[in-house]
Amino acid sequence: MHKQITNIDRRNFLRISGVTGVGLVLGLSAKADGMPLVENLATAGESFELTPFVVVENTGQITIFNRNPEIGQGTFQSIPALIAEELEVSLDKVIIRQTGGEKKFGGGQSSGGSASVRTGYQMLRKVGASAREMLIKAASLQWNVPVTECYASEAKVFHKPSGKSLGYGELAEAASKVEVPKTPTLKDPKEFKILGKRSPRPDVPSKSNGTAIFGIDISVPGMVYASIERCPVFGGQLVSFDATAAKQVKGVIAVETCERNISGQKNEGVAVIAENYWAAVQGRKALVVKWDYKGNETFNSKTYEQELRDAAKEEGAVQHTQGDFDKTFAEASVKLEAFYETPVVSHSPIEPMNCVASWYEGNKVEIWTSTQVPGSIMNEIPKQFGVPAENVKVNVQFNGGGFGRRLYPDYVMETVQLTKKVGKPVKAIWTREDDTKLGPFRPMTYSAMKGALSPTGKAIAFQHKVISPTIGGKKDYDKTKADGTMTEGISEQKYEIEHMKNLYVHHYLHVPTAAWRAVTSTTLAFAHECFIDEMAVKAKKDPMAFRLDMLTKESDTKRILNKLKELSNWNKPLPAGWGRGVAQYEFFAGQAGYVIEVSKKGTGIKIEKVIAVIDLGTVVNPDTVEAQVQGAAVMALTAATKSGITFENGQTVQSNYHNNQLVRINEMPKVQVHILAEGGPKIKGVGEPGLPPFAPALCNAIYAATGKRIRRLPFDINKIV
Amino acid sequence: MIKLTVNNKPYEVDASPEMPLLWAIRDMVGLTGTKFGCGMAQCGACTVHIDGTPVRSCSFPVSAAAGKKITTIEGISEKIGQAVQKAWVELQVPQCGYCQSGQIMSAAALLKSKPKPTDADIDAAMQGNLCRCGTYQRIRSAIHRAAEMI
Repeated sequence: MHKQITNIDRRNFLRISGVTGVGLVLGLSAKADGMPLVENLATAGESFELTPFVVVENTGQITIFNRNPEIGQGTFQSIPALIAEELEVSLDKVIIRQTGGEKKFGGGQSSGGSASVRTGYQMLRKVGASAREMLIKAASLQWNVPVTECYASEAKVFHKPSGKSLGYGELAEAASKVEVPKTPTLKDPKEFKILGKRSPRPDVPSKSNGTAIFGIDISVPGMVYASIERCPVFGGQLVSFDATAAKQVKGVIAVETCERNISGQKNEGVAVIAENYWAAVQGRKALVVKWDYKGNETFNSKTYEQELRDAAKEEGAVQHTQGDFDKTFAEASVKLEAFYETPVVSHSPIEPMNCVASWYEGNKVEIWTSTQVPGSIMNEIPKQFGVPAENVKVNVQFNGGGFGRRLYPDYVMETVQLTKKVGKPVKAIWTREDDTKLGPFRPMTYSAMKGALSPTGKAIAFQHKVISPTIGGKKDYDKTKADGTMTEGISEQKYEIEHMKNLYVHHYLHVPTAAWRAVTSTTLAFAHECFIDEMAVKAKKDPMAFRLDMLTKESDTKRILNKLKELSNWNKPLPAGWGRGVAQYEFFAGQAGYVIEVSKKGTGIKIEKVIAVIDLGTVVNPDTVEAQVQGAAVMALTAATKSGITFENGQTVQSNYHNNQLVRINEMPKVQVHILAEGGPKIKGVGEPGLPPFAPALCNAIYAATGKRIRRLPFDINKIV
Repeated sequence: MIKLTVNNKPYEVDASPEMPLLWAIRDMVGLTGTKFGCGMAQCGACTVHIDGTPVRSCSFPVSAAAGKKITTIEGISEKIGQAVQKAWVELQVPQCGYCQSGQIMSAAALLKSKPKPTDADIDAAMQGNLCRCGTYQRIRSAIHRAAEMI
């Protein structure tokens, strides 16, 4: 029961005690008998940025704080494990609590960019090691023996010669007075008991019996419910509304406006507030709202896509150049060009956006929500509402999926406006239609590819020109600059091609756009790695050999491809009508690769085999890595083969899961995951890298099986030929 | 007032008859293990059992559930349900976990009618339950594992 996020306790407390003002319990979060080491940790030298992540009570209870919200990626285990390993405690004896953007926990309180373990690996181990050394020091002082004769194990300090021991709880007070070590000694990885081992995640039992608490499950006394009507046309504005009928719906309490701020745009919506959520939704249906579409009602995907194709004719801003691409390409005897297109897609976590917010005592705000970014919510609320930072509390719940959507706290800020207006705690829940239609979405990228080969079939020139809007929508974009995020990874691939010039052409899109799991690599890898395949075909070379021939130097890419070659028996012939495809992609979050095998099935194809290799350097929980890569493959398959998001009449066409479909269990191929964790200085991410190379490996396999080259996503897997 | 029997306990809820059972269970009975995902029986996150049959509670009027035996994830205590939950933990199925109550309710209903389901049986019974994290491979393994335990 101790494994759940802290606020369950708070919520139960509220219910049990019947406290009406939420603010009254603000001071009750710390246990009175605790002897926190944290005060000392907080004053540590800046060499390892120590923050108050460990609390040892004199009862022996240990609490470890997790700074990276759990969104399904396993940080509720992987992050506390970094501390617990060095602290010499078993995770199942520890209370894990989620931080809420509090200053004392420092930066990095977010989940995004596959960054939690990457950025925390050394720092959080040092936190655990410092605490361990302080406890050992306290014991040695009490026993009056040298520190070197003492060691820690299973939450106790032992004196080696005598065999006597003291529990961490008994040492907590004395340890808290010990000077914080500036350079604690980290354990030899050979002695790891948790890290690197397949370990159960402590949130799994509660997620298998209905007791795990997500944002949407929070209720606080006096809470009312809100459902918000927003302009269906992107860029439209509220003119007026008539709430007469809405207010006649049983249970409706009030109708208020609130402003959504997303992608640099502010738009007013109309919220119906009611005694229960269903009444709020019914009241919303009864609203009569007048919008000014501002001319955006003619916007549609077909026209915008043609504009992107036209924009491809522009030279673009240089993102990366080496050698002399233009001359080499112009003079080459063997060359090819291709144009690739990808769709807009939604995040669609199954838990819709929601937030509980309480504005009380004039200038205090408490939030309960599923979010990837408690740190930025904590920064934003004082700025937007003029309340002192110390008056804001954010209670982060388990996220019912994030995928990048919950990096954007628009839904939190709307709810704060509403609680301020009605003077009661408000729970706002988006409908699935709100979530599907209103974005923000992953933008599309279009790619104009050029390649040249020597007479012997060696790649000598390569160009990837990206044509796209940006994430976050920048109307005044400086077209002389290449956007880093929208060209993610295109110049980071390790293929040794002498002449290269990568370009970027911006084309504005007013629809809200956002980071999506593995960001722009999810679309760029498709163009990049399929085109490499096209070059191999043109060179009459095997696609695996063609890639490896361009990798004479040692690299993670070479290691991944060689491992894929081995695991897939790459050179073993397949049955007639089968095809095998390979792809890899390196980008900021990390690196993975796939070999996929498909067979012809009627007019479509069947995915027969999926082999994934992810290169990590160092692995924390192999079981989680396997799960993450399998999940990334499913998400990539959805993005490649389901409808995606399209626009007509200025609005999103899709509205719910019936027309914005996700891959279902019957469509899920089996994914074998192989982890490369051969050490090395660089720790790479887990949550995202499994996504980008999936679609190109699949499409390269489809080409091998059918001769059909897919250059536009999405495609219908049942209608290939 | 509408009389409901949820997990063998009687409740009276002041709900309009057309309110979906889901919101009565969550907001009025106060059991939050049953989740809202889509509101139109497309995702399965809201799956409960009514008289032993899996039902999408987001699209089932509360008035139609009156007098029937409603079982939610919190009340799934019989042998099959426990085996499913045990297999879910053993194989570490959940990622974000939000859809898993619905997955477990569908899996338990499947195992009740087919104690040794084939992969095709699993496809048929489970394709109404979406998982955005993509835990399908482990769901399939865990259903087979639960079948062994029963």
